[in-house]
Amino acid sequence: MSANPTHESAHDAHHAHSDGHGAGHGSFRGYMIGFVLSIILTAIPFWLVMGDVLDSKLFTAVLVMAIGVVQIVVHMVYFLHMNTRSEGGWTMMALIFTLIIVGIALAGSLWVMHHLNANMMPMTHEMMKNMP
Amino acid sequence: MSATQVHNPDGKPVFYLKEDHHPENSTMLGFWLYLMSDCLIFAVLFATHGVLGRNYAAGPSPADLFDLNLVAINTAMLLLSSITYGFAMLQMERNAKMETLVWLGITGIFGAAFLGLELYEFYHLILEGAGPTRSAFLSSFFTLVGTHGLHVTFGTIWLITLMVQVKKRGLTPENRRRLMCLSMFWHFLDVIWIGVFSFVYLLGVLG
Repeated sequence: MSANPTHESAHDAHHAHSDGHGAGHGSFRGYMIGFVLSIILTAIPFWLVMGDVLDSKLFTAVLVMAIGVVQIVVHMVYFLHMNTRSEGGWTMMALIFTLIIVGIALAGSLWVMHHLNANMMPMTHEMMKNMP
Repeated sequence: MSATQVHNPDGKPVFYLKEDHHPENSTMLGFWLYLMSDCLIFAVLFATHGVLGRNYAAGPSPADLFDLNLVAINTAMLLLSSITYGFAMLQMERNAKMETLVWLGITGIFGAAFLGLELYEFYHLILEGAGPTRSAFLSSFFTLVGTHGLHVTFGTIWLITLMVQVKKRGLTPENRRRLMCLSMFWHFLDVIWIGVFSFVYLLGVLG
């Protein structure tokens, strides 16, 4: 052990702040960058919708959702301190797994239910009356 | 790592690990996994709202009901509470107990303001006859936004509990660990709120 003093001291330094490892360490600068970015990314979609800025509703909707995704990434990086290294990469693995499930649940539900809706037999007033 | 290497008579090395694994680390990973499972709950509620969000049953639509100014203020409250919690964490790392408590208190006030505005909004919707029983859209709206509000409520209770703990026992390793967990919880709720105001309110009003 004594043959490797630098390794030992490096390890001790690592140990001293190991209680904050999971969520990582934030800095004042990091929090402020995240805060300013998220103010901008919140203001833009509200302005787009409240000010009726764009003619195309579809384009506005896509833009609002896209900015929302960017803001979520900003929060993940600057507030939740996500990176590929924390916990030996397991938080990132869990996140990716969750995102896949979320994607399947959202896209699958919307897709299937939209088709069900579109293929539903139109109901007449008479049929509605005889519903159980 | 501080592992000791000993040579067996048969020449194969054996390693002894001198220290335990850090229990704090596994707490943070475990809490992260909880948050991810919570994320799945919200994903299902978002999907439900995505499917039912246009079924007004001849009732009011989001454009009739939602006041985007109120939602903007609400969003600001939650965003401000996120950054003030961040400041509390920075003070915690500096070992400043009093400053940590002050920033936690400010965070709690912003959280309470958010909850107050949300309850005000719900109260008015129900008073206008747009309660959760009015249409499929309103059922899914109240379930999704209500679940988020419930999370913020419990987060606020947790915050107050931790403030008492820190006040009584100081910034012990246990309290630091708890504050880290609540930090993740709080920021996570802000992330969910981004989805709520974008998908439910803004896209709803857009029609």
